[in-house]
Amino acid sequence: MKIAVCLKRVPDTTAKIVVGGDGKSIDEAGVKFVPNPFDEYAIEEALALKEKAGAGETVVYSLGGDSSQETIRTALAMGIDRGVLLKTEGSADGLVVARALADAMEGEGFDLILFGKLAVDDNNYQVGPMTAEFLGLPCVTTVAHLSIEDGAVTAEREIEGGVEVSTCRLPAVLTCDKGLNEPRLPKLKGIMAAKKKPLDVKPVELAAGSIEVLGLELPPARSEGKIVGEGPDAVPELINLLRNEAKVL
Amino acid sequence: MSSTFSGVDFYNFDSLLSEEERAVRDMVRTWVDENLMPIIGQCYIEGRFPKELIPQMAELGFYGANLPEEYGCAGLNNVAYGLIMQELERGDSGIRSFASVQGALVMYPIHAFGSEEQRTTWLPRLASGEDIGCFGLTEPDFGSNPAGLITTAKETDDGWVLNGTKMWITNGSQATVAIVWAKTGDIDDSSSIRGFIVPTGTPGFTSKDQKGKLSLRASDTSELHLEDVHLPQDALLPDSDGIKSPLMCLTQARYGIAWGGIGAAMACYDEAVSYGLNRIMFDKPIAHTQIQQVRLADMLTEIVKAQFLTLQLGRLKDIGTMTPEQVSLAKRNNVNMACDIAREARRLLGANGILAEYHSMRHMANLESVYTYEGTHDMHSLILGLAITGKQAFR
Repeated sequence: MKIAVCLKRVPDTTAKIVVGGDGKSIDEAGVKFVPNPFDEYAIEEALALKEKAGAGETVVYSLGGDSSQETIRTALAMGIDRGVLLKTEGSADGLVVARALADAMEGEGFDLILFGKLAVDDNNYQVGPMTAEFLGLPCVTTVAHLSIEDGAVTAEREIEGGVEVSTCRLPAVLTCDKGLNEPRLPKLKGIMAAKKKPLDVKPVELAAGSIEVLGLELPPARSEGKIVGEGPDAVPELINLLRNEAKVL
Repeated sequence: MSSTFSGVDFYNFDSLLSEEERAVRDMVRTWVDENLMPIIGQCYIEGRFPKELIPQMAELGFYGANLPEEYGCAGLNNVAYGLIMQELERGDSGIRSFASVQGALVMYPIHAFGSEEQRTTWLPRLASGEDIGCFGLTEPDFGSNPAGLITTAKETDDGWVLNGTKMWITNGSQATVAIVWAKTGDIDDSSSIRGFIVPTGTPGFTSKDQKGKLSLRASDTSELHLEDVHLPQDALLPDSDGIKSPLMCLTQARYGIAWGGIGAAMACYDEAVSYGLNRIMFDKPIAHTQIQQVRLADMLTEIVKAQFLTLQLGRLKDIGTMTPEQVSLAKRNNVNMACDIAREARRLLGANGILAEYHSMRHMANLESVYTYEGTHDMHSLILGLAITGKQAFR
């Protein structure tokens, strides 16, 4: 099994986000960046599949600036064999990113290409399926369980009120959801070994995107909750407020 | 890999760390969040060391992490090692103590004073958690004055016979192997102190938990009794030589404790800030009052000072010029400031601060042990006094 994992460097989900001076990007000063949490499911799945097979190669791809090397090394510390950085400024346009990833992976002979189902910074869900389309490969998104047998993958997706089971031939592209596995922590030895693993830096030129980010805004601060009382005695007041203040009844 | 605890970095401390050092710290931080924090309050109440975490810590490489890879260890530098201790003690001093004893007081002396055969036999087993170690130096009547110890090792035709009692031994009752320090010569001759590797299953070796602790409750503390414990010749650590050998071990452990103190202080500061911002009294968060802001400012200031002091200590250790007196200063300062911060955080938390659901009082109680063990605060004052004046005030 030769497995690729596509990885994105994103702000830590607990980081306090400040909109930058241009009003269109986040201010990176003091913000901790981590591997996209959904991509960690992809990393874990790649490692587990390779361990189960007892052989194979796992490769992580990331598109971004030099700082993404650190993100790639996190994947190497977890056990991925080697990394490729497609070095560019990045783009808000998922189609352009998918094109660059597809070009890099084309002809590399991957049996499986794994993505997180979305990147938590822009919540686009796009790059995985678009990459599959460029490569002409089948794609199953938001996979919460998978098994591979006889050159075919069976994937379960959690859909509204149930589970959808799909199957497709390998090679295929899958995007991974929470629940697929429990990503491992890198061991200390893995962290030390990561800097000795191959990490190719390949400059890429992105095509002009067709999407432009006009502005970023933080959500409005949540107003404080209100406790109207306890038990049945509070119900009339609650109904009154829902009807006359919140106007939802 | 994301943790809910984000540490304290007011002075861009992180910019002085390498990528690996940060990666090590972040990994341990996440592990503590996911595995220790959910259970530590209950363990503390039950007076139970969370044994179930021993294999995970081994798997990730926490034991003897700054010892060489050839013995199954991670081969980290001393700053990364220190950051592990910081993060473990952010969780609980008892967990950090467990890792400190295993690494700095059991694996270190085998590495420093052991034969190559002892190293290759024991270090991989201790690194993997297959064996758990303890360190037997302190005795009921010899705490701050370990050179006075009265445990004896008499040489026989085919080995050694050990007799004596050790007290305040972390991990003592769960250890499979003990490093025991004993006098091989005259009882007044501290230069005859040698270290021995004692499997705890050896006939004549018994241990018993010390009950009734109000501190380090999630850690085992035991008495060891050695009654005619017969050991083979190769139980002796051949390069151990007098009281300086166990003191060298203590320097290693104290180095880790200096980092650990920062971790405990950070945990309490973090809890105090978060509680202060959420606790409403007189219609506003208590953190909106001057008195709590002074508390928080004092805490932050001490943590930042300790971070830079201790990072420099680690860099000196990595280049091989660190002195025991420098370690004394850092252990003394950091644990003392952590004690102060834990107490102030507990007070800021008001009545809630006495519950195990919050962490500050647990740290506060733990840190009284940390203040006392591995050289009491007062002994470190006297070590510094000696370094400053050349006059030894403790003898």
